[in-house]
Amino acid sequence: MPRMTLPLPFAASPEPETWTVSDLNRYVRQSLELDYRLQALRVRGEVSGFKAYPSGHWYFSLKDSGAQVDCVMWRPRAERQRFIPRDGEAVEALGSVTLYEARGKYQLDVTSLQPQGEGLLYREFVRLKARLEAEGLFDPARKRALPARPGRIGLVTSPAGAALRDLLNVLRRRYPLAEVILAPTPVQGPEAPAGLVAALRALAALPEAARPDVVIVARGGGALEDLWAFNDEAVARAIVAMPQPVVSGVGHETDFTIADFVADLRAPTPSAAAELVTRISLADLRGSLDDLTERAGAALAAAVETRRAALERAQARLRAASPSTQLALGRQRIGDLRARAGRALRHRLALARERQAGLAQALQAVSPLAVLGRGYAIVRRPDGRVIRRAAEVQTGEPLTVRVGEGEFDVAVRPEEKR
Amino acid sequence: MSPRTKKARSDLAEAADIGTLSFEAAFEALAAVVAQLEDGDLALEEALTLYERGQALAARCGQLLDEADLKIKTLVPGGALEDFAEAGSEG
Repeated sequence: MPRMTLPLPFAASPEPETWTVSDLNRYVRQSLELDYRLQALRVRGEVSGFKAYPSGHWYFSLKDSGAQVDCVMWRPRAERQRFIPRDGEAVEALGSVTLYEARGKYQLDVTSLQPQGEGLLYREFVRLKARLEAEGLFDPARKRALPARPGRIGLVTSPAGAALRDLLNVLRRRYPLAEVILAPTPVQGPEAPAGLVAALRALAALPEAARPDVVIVARGGGALEDLWAFNDEAVARAIVAMPQPVVSGVGHETDFTIADFVADLRAPTPSAAAELVTRISLADLRGSLDDLTERAGAALAAAVETRRAALERAQARLRAASPSTQLALGRQRIGDLRARAGRALRHRLALARERQAGLAQALQAVSPLAVLGRGYAIVRRPDGRVIRRAAEVQTGEPLTVRVGEGEFDVAVRPEEKR
Repeated sequence: MSPRTKKARSDLAEAADIGTLSFEAAFEALAAVVAQLEDGDLALEEALTLYERGQALAARCGQLLDEADLKIKTLVPGGALEDFAEAGSEG
């Protein structure tokens, strides 16, 4: 009968011992656990048959092209594990080798798991991204503009997540006028892709009057694997099919998912997504409101001022048209006319005087008296006719001779007549 | 009835409704009123009426901003909307 303690390695056994199965398995387990090289080792392989049990324990296999080994990760370890493996993924497991006595199967008791570079998932991601991009789903021309002031904002996220809390905090602070419609969905785990698709479709199916103006698809930060649902093709296509613009806010700033590429706008985080859909905040609206009120006041003041100016012009014209103004104007015009008439009269008189002096001089020049002054004489008959020819006079006829100064009578002698 | 009286009446009717307008509707109406006022070319009486309407709209907007409190609904299976109770109390 074997003892409970291990026998010495080189103890001679002349005869084969007879053991129970339990003894055997315990012995092998203890043997394995004594080998320090098997108690802290890293094993690389691809995950297969991954199963997370309700108890919290994880069971899966690691395999490579030629072999496989069972693995177990107990709940305390699994709970602390941020990276959740999926089948086909290349990982490196840290753990120790032990034996499950009840089944006689040896297994790796895994304490932590790390993804190994470009696993199957990553290759899937790259392939899907290339395919959707080739379809034109990432085309910037496809991206729709967000409404300036969304009345209703749809949120596709987990009702229990930190992302929802962040989203609501930002929306409440920046734009509490909005109505938020939460379409709850798991955002990680195997049900997440179908849940996201269902949530998106439920929002799209809302009647027009209740339909959000913009939809945010969000999930808080986590390991890359936690965001995997957002790299699902069905999720991507559901986002593309949304009737309203979709903003993605998944993970951290450095995380890019397929959902980010097909969304109309990618926000680095859920909070940033909430900020982006509320670009016009309550404070901005208060400012606009003040501005509009001021402009209304100014426009009214301008309207009143225009009327006042028109009134003043009208009053000025009215004053100008009044009888007393007309009378004064008339009086002034009469005075003006009178002065002008006086000036004109004096001017004409002076002209006439000048002219008269000129005429007198001219008259003087042609006056016969002036000729007589030079020694000529005018001879007239008694009837006053001027004698121009000698034949006009009779002998003995009395004639009057006018000279420069005075006149005298003469008579014609007969012998003097020729 | 002259078109102007008709218009004044409809303004009055609208004024009675201002208290029920949503922020969006009130804000847009206010912007339209200001544009109309700034356009000038209004009878003074019309301008005054418009201004008063603008004041009422601005007051409505301000009231809505002061009272604004994010309404949160959640979609339940079947597509109905229910009020959403936030987990945990804040502040």
